[in-house]
Amino acid sequence: MDVELFIKQIINSLNTGSIYALVAIGYTMVYGIIRLINFAHGEIMMFGAYFAFIIATSIPVGLPFFVIVLVSMALAALMGILTEKIAYKKLRTAPRISALITAIGMSLFLQNLAQLIFGANPKVMPQVISNEPIMFGNIAVPQVMMYTISMSIGIMILLTLFVKKTRAGKAMRAVSQDKEAAMLMGININGIISLTFAIGSALGALGGIFYSIAYSQVYPTLGVMTGLKAFIAAVFGGIGNIGGAMIGGYAIGFIETMTKGYISSRWSDAIVFGVLILILLFKPSGILGKNVKEKV
Amino acid sequence: MGILERMMSKSEQKKVYKKLSKSSIIVNLSVIFVIFIVLNTLINTGVLNRYYSTILVLILVAIIMSTSLNIGTGFLGQLILGHAGFMAIGAYTAALIGIALNDVIVNDFLFISRNLIIFVIAGSGAMFTASIAGLLVGTPALRLRGDYLGIMTLGFGEIVRVIITNLEITNGAQGLMGIPRLMTFPIAFWTTVIVVLIIYLFMSSRHGRAILSIREDEIASESVGINITKYKIMGFVLASLFGGLGGAVFAFQGGFLAPVSFGFIKSVEIFVIVVLGGMGSISGAIIAAIILTFLPELLREFDQYRLLLYSGLLVVTMLFRPQGLMGTKELDPKKQIRKVYRFIKKIIKKDINKGSDL
Repeated sequence: MDVELFIKQIINSLNTGSIYALVAIGYTMVYGIIRLINFAHGEIMMFGAYFAFIIATSIPVGLPFFVIVLVSMALAALMGILTEKIAYKKLRTAPRISALITAIGMSLFLQNLAQLIFGANPKVMPQVISNEPIMFGNIAVPQVMMYTISMSIGIMILLTLFVKKTRAGKAMRAVSQDKEAAMLMGININGIISLTFAIGSALGALGGIFYSIAYSQVYPTLGVMTGLKAFIAAVFGGIGNIGGAMIGGYAIGFIETMTKGYISSRWSDAIVFGVLILILLFKPSGILGKNVKEKV
Repeated sequence: MGILERMMSKSEQKKVYKKLSKSSIIVNLSVIFVIFIVLNTLINTGVLNRYYSTILVLILVAIIMSTSLNIGTGFLGQLILGHAGFMAIGAYTAALIGIALNDVIVNDFLFISRNLIIFVIAGSGAMFTASIAGLLVGTPALRLRGDYLGIMTLGFGEIVRVIITNLEITNGAQGLMGIPRLMTFPIAFWTTVIVVLIIYLFMSSRHGRAILSIREDEIASESVGINITKYKIMGFVLASLFGGLGGAVFAFQGGFLAPVSFGFIKSVEIFVIVVLGGMGSISGAIIAAIILTFLPELLREFDQYRLLLYSGLLVVTMLFRPQGLMGTKELDPKKQIRKVYRFIKKIIKKDINKGSDL
């Protein structure tokens, strides 16, 4: 076996894994707090990439990468909050299937909105990160990948600290455990839900930006497949569990890259979905999720 | 359960109900006949050109797909997001059988046209493979509930698409060509009528009521002795079976099949029809299928805004009328006719009263 190639595949899988993990966190956080699979999350990710694209192309002065990223993340966070306020808030007490259908509708709506605004054709993402690779011995690693992997891991550590150590993080955990009890304790539920959507959407947007830079294009359906796979990652790790989403993201990234590299690129999607089905059949709560007993 | 029932003996009750349902069926069937004759003459005389007759068949396909999904989603209450997968299996099976039979069966047999013979054989094959797939997916999947079942069926639909894209017999991503285009309006129409009738009769049978009770309360229905697993699988397999048949009609209509047309979006489209029509209403699904297939064609000039409107409609419906167009109610032509009749009677009476006043 070619060792160099194998290491390259590992780095590739870390790269895709980071993107999936970033997006999966958004799915899992929203699910943890309002028990909703936010299908529109993939579209928020796509919009995040478009925001970065617009900022990078419309402002002639070469803005630093971090400014572009921060502004687009903020815009995406705003968008996430708005989606929740417009579409999901009213349905919090409705049957879960209605909320889920709304989420599907929202996803299609945003996708077609993007198609209308930006056109259906893929746009070339400007190279906001220099494409000169960094050499590790014989192995060349593109700078984008370095950014993706290091920033994702950094942000995930920050997020974990935020959820575990701060007051807002504590409130978030409380709301996800029992909404009514949290309300009685004086926690502003609407604020916490908005915050959750904001963080999730911002991370999703970051994932979208990295994805679009890595493939150097943006298109309206960018969020569909990536979103679905990130969602599988969230289920894999145990939906509702932030740590699980990170592990799941890297696991799905690894499985996908390795099937593409060593088995067949045509079957990689089928294998990823097959993994999903196996997980659902044998451990529907995911690797880190808790088993929820049903109350009669 | 009214005073009427308490006042009458059991046998009398039975007689009344029998009479009611019999006359209802006669009225409904004659309404269907009238619709068929009108549409068929319009097509035969050329008033409705080829474009419109194609849309009509597509509407019929949408009706088969949505009423079949309605068994699983509306009546059984399960979230199924992979119905296009069953449609794809049915469509490709029927297409392959159709291609093989096209050279074998050349002549009409007695009074039966060869189109119908090929369609019956291919359609049965489609129903068979789709229901086998339904059984294989449904048996393990139905242990899951709610969101998880939705995800699982979604995964199934995507896997079917990827498999079809990569198989040689289905000609992969390029699509299957040379399928005999033998779908005529009468065949599609009567297939749809039969499917809807079977689903209607099934849902008003003992088994159908068992399925409804599972939707209302799984635990309660289990405690009165309903075999939940059996009925869930029965509903799921039935949904996939008719889904496959819908795929068969679709295959012979277009003459061309590509895996792209059976993606996640297709599943969502069928799902939207069921939701907008009202989950658990057969007539609602039919009405929504007609509107949602015809509306996009009308809006073709505003092609860019079409899907935007479509998805916006879904969100707005969920926010303001989550039960859908019809809820769980059914539209009975006989009742409507009676309503119109009473209305006219009322107006006439009013006129007479007015006359007497003068």
